[in-house]
Amino acid sequence: MTDPRLAAHTLRLAYGATPVIEGLDLAIEPGRFTALVGPNGCGKSTLLRALAGLHAPAAGQVVLDGASIARRSTRALAREIGLLAQSASPAEGMTVEELVAQGRYPHRSVLGPWRDRDQQAVEEALALTSLISLRHALVDRLSGGQRQRAWIAMVLAQQSTILLLDEPTTYLDLAHQVEVLGLMERLVKEHGATVVAVLHDLSQAARHADTMVALKAGRIIASGRPSEVVTPEVLRTAFNVEATVLTDPDTGTPLCLPRRTVPE
Amino acid sequence: MTRTAACALGLVLLILLVALWSLATGAAGLSVAEAARALLAPGEGRADAILWQVRLPRVVAAIVAGAALGAAGAIMQAVTGNPLAEPGLLGVNAGAAFVVVLALSVFGVTASAALIWCAFGGAGSAAVLVYAMASAGRGGGTPIRLVLAGVIVATFLGALTTAILLIDSQTLDAVRFWTAGSLKGRQLAQILPVLPYAALSLAAALVFARQFTTLSLGGDVARSIGQNPALWRAIAACCVVGLAGSAVSIAGPLGFVGLVVPHMVRLTLGGGYGRILPLSILGGAALTLLADTAPRALLSVDMPAGITLALIGAPFFIWLARSHGAVRG
Repeated sequence: MTDPRLAAHTLRLAYGATPVIEGLDLAIEPGRFTALVGPNGCGKSTLLRALAGLHAPAAGQVVLDGASIARRSTRALAREIGLLAQSASPAEGMTVEELVAQGRYPHRSVLGPWRDRDQQAVEEALALTSLISLRHALVDRLSGGQRQRAWIAMVLAQQSTILLLDEPTTYLDLAHQVEVLGLMERLVKEHGATVVAVLHDLSQAARHADTMVALKAGRIIASGRPSEVVTPEVLRTAFNVEATVLTDPDTGTPLCLPRRTVPE
Repeated sequence: MTRTAACALGLVLLILLVALWSLATGAAGLSVAEAARALLAPGEGRADAILWQVRLPRVVAAIVAGAALGAAGAIMQAVTGNPLAEPGLLGVNAGAAFVVVLALSVFGVTASAALIWCAFGGAGSAAVLVYAMASAGRGGGTPIRLVLAGVIVATFLGALTTAILLIDSQTLDAVRFWTAGSLKGRQLAQILPVLPYAALSLAAALVFARQFTTLSLGGDVARSIGQNPALWRAIAACCVVGLAGSAVSIAGPLGFVGLVVPHMVRLTLGGGYGRILPLSILGGAALTLLADTAPRALLSVDMPAGITLALIGAPFFIWLARSHGAVRG
């Protein structure tokens, strides 16, 4: 692996006295698409928030380019790491373009003017998410899928090289799921971006991601190439599900067919 | 952009027209022409005395207080993510009024400059108290909890204010109209010392409008795109205290302006606070001026602007609470 830019070292995350992540070590491969998978409540969203600097660790640290992210200003961090949060605000009354323009926040000073390169970043983000025709539409009137794409566009306008996405495909119909995942793949392959996404559909994750990390109860139980992570053993341990794993004839990636739940 | 500019221009014209209407309305007959003459070329006549001592202060008070409350409501809605937030409902105005009355009655403070700072102190303390009450306990501050805490604090401080005034008839005589939200009997000498604070707060609100838009996306999103939400919430709170404190110093605790106006703007134009704030300022001034003038001019009743605004604002509040599902909170 090339030197990771983003990594967690003996990370401990908690809500008050309730621990969520316990002594976790993780290095995010640069220029790759990493999928975080695991059952509900396993701590994957909290881990993602911590990687973005939104959740302060109880112990350990998140390191970006060799220094703890706690030592960077919020603005400087936002130029390096973009986060698509799970439950975004309705952005009431704002147009798609206005929302996407918010992604330029870390590149502008408090009283700084709107520059050509800000507009250019917004145009690129709108184009990548196929939202050009909807730029003047109100975000709160969009369908769930369109709204999700508008939020993704906002994160893209941030032009950070590391993108963290919490369930980017939830609320999307199949076509838009494929579109969003394809977009992530393109960002990684063509723009050299580093993408970490929390995903629920294991077959989809296996198909699009370069690396998968499976979590359970705040610990990593498997990580590596999709074929190493999506295995009947891992599925049984992580999800308590008995599953058949086939190979996608098209891509050679694992396909997961869940059969039944098994007691813990 | 052109639509926003057109709305702004329309509001400015409306304010000018209603101001003229207000200047020409009152017990002593004064034609619009006489009023305009006295305004533009002040002399020593009876018309001049009426205009400069009775009618103009009222117009200025309505415009400044309304503008400040419109801006304060817009900022509070952005920062709390709560469509029902405004300085009246959240007890900020009541806090300012209570401390001013307390200072007047108990501590015998009469200097305008000192009373303004009492208003700021009261507004700030009430805001902190309401926010703490709403956020305490499980689940944090939902919209309806914030409003409940605000209404409790506002009612309690209002009762204390009334109690002080019942005991102290001298102070009551001095502030009777003021506490009822009436602009009657306001003097320019009382208003002028407040103007620099009001102007500064309004300027800050406009300059930071873009920050409030970012805050309105919620703390997580704001942080993830590089804003420091704690810092900007504090700055927003200072703006609100400056705005509401100025408005209360001038016009007493006027409710609902900060609720009705930003929502009307949002429904008409939508958009970020770069658009909502300036138009809320103009709209607040226009609505308050109209609320002060219309009953006097049309019904010959000098109804306090605070009451007229409540008559307009209360149904609006109910509609808003229902349509936003804020009751389910």
